[in-house]
Amino acid sequence: MHEGLDQWSFVVAAYALGIAGTLLLTGWSWISMRRAERRRDAVTRR
Amino acid sequence: MHGFANPRRFLSLASWLTPALLVSGLLLTAGALAWGLLAVPPDRLMGETVRILFIHVPSAWLGMGGWTAIAVSSIAFLVWKHPLAAIAARAAAVPGMAFTAICLLTGSIWGRPAWGAWWVWDGRLTSMLVLLFLYAGYVALAQAVERDGGSPRIPAIFGLVGAVNIPIINRSVVWWNSLHQPPSITMGKSAIDAEFLIPLLVAMLGFSLLFGGVVLARMRALIAEMQHEARLRRKAWEASDA
Repeated sequence: MHEGLDQWSFVVAAYALGIAGTLLLTGWSWISMRRAERRRDAVTRR
Repeated sequence: MHGFANPRRFLSLASWLTPALLVSGLLLTAGALAWGLLAVPPDRLMGETVRILFIHVPSAWLGMGGWTAIAVSSIAFLVWKHPLAAIAARAAAVPGMAFTAICLLTGSIWGRPAWGAWWVWDGRLTSMLVLLFLYAGYVALAQAVERDGGSPRIPAIFGLVGAVNIPIINRSVVWWNSLHQPPSITMGKSAIDAEFLIPLLVAMLGFSLLFGGVVLARMRALIAEMQHEARLRRKAWEASDA
């Protein structure tokens, strides 16, 4: 370990980045799937 | 396997499998990360920063796994011409790229307290960065092919050629001197203590289930977009015919 860095700040930064990235990816893929399926079904009903 | 290449059969399977994978993946991942953050003891050498392992390693696994999925789907598409295989390859690209980016960023955050540097140009880090660029190239190429009506064989061949980077990433810490540690988990053996290994395996399983759910959601979105386009075209053709 170098320069007496606070190790927890690195741990928290890595977790925040990893969790935020994973949740964004999951949410975006779910919402874009639902939106695409709604658009397709709307054309069928028209 | 060929039976699931039927889009109707695939969609009926994916309709319940997508939320099942996403929910089970989210629960397992959340549990494993809480375990790694709160219950695992600090490491003798790395101290508290060892906890970054539970995000960094699954991200690296999925970054490489995503491109392996692209390569396998590309072979299936080139050999059997299943359109669903080309869709599966496209669907794996964005999640694979996202996890490669998470792996690089968390690795950089880990490298600063462990090595005293945010980045070093060694074999493992550089080949992982090359993987990120390959993903970006694949996504752009697949979008351009779809927009301009090109052959889907082009991204499939790119996916196969890019797969040469996967064994390079895997063996990089053996072939070249590196600050990055050599592989801790090999076939049937582990240099990691069970206190770290078990939550790590749970995290890898959770992230993998999540990845599977995201890929299925992307596949369903791509199929729905194609069906939407086809139905619009058919309606326009019927209207002009009437």
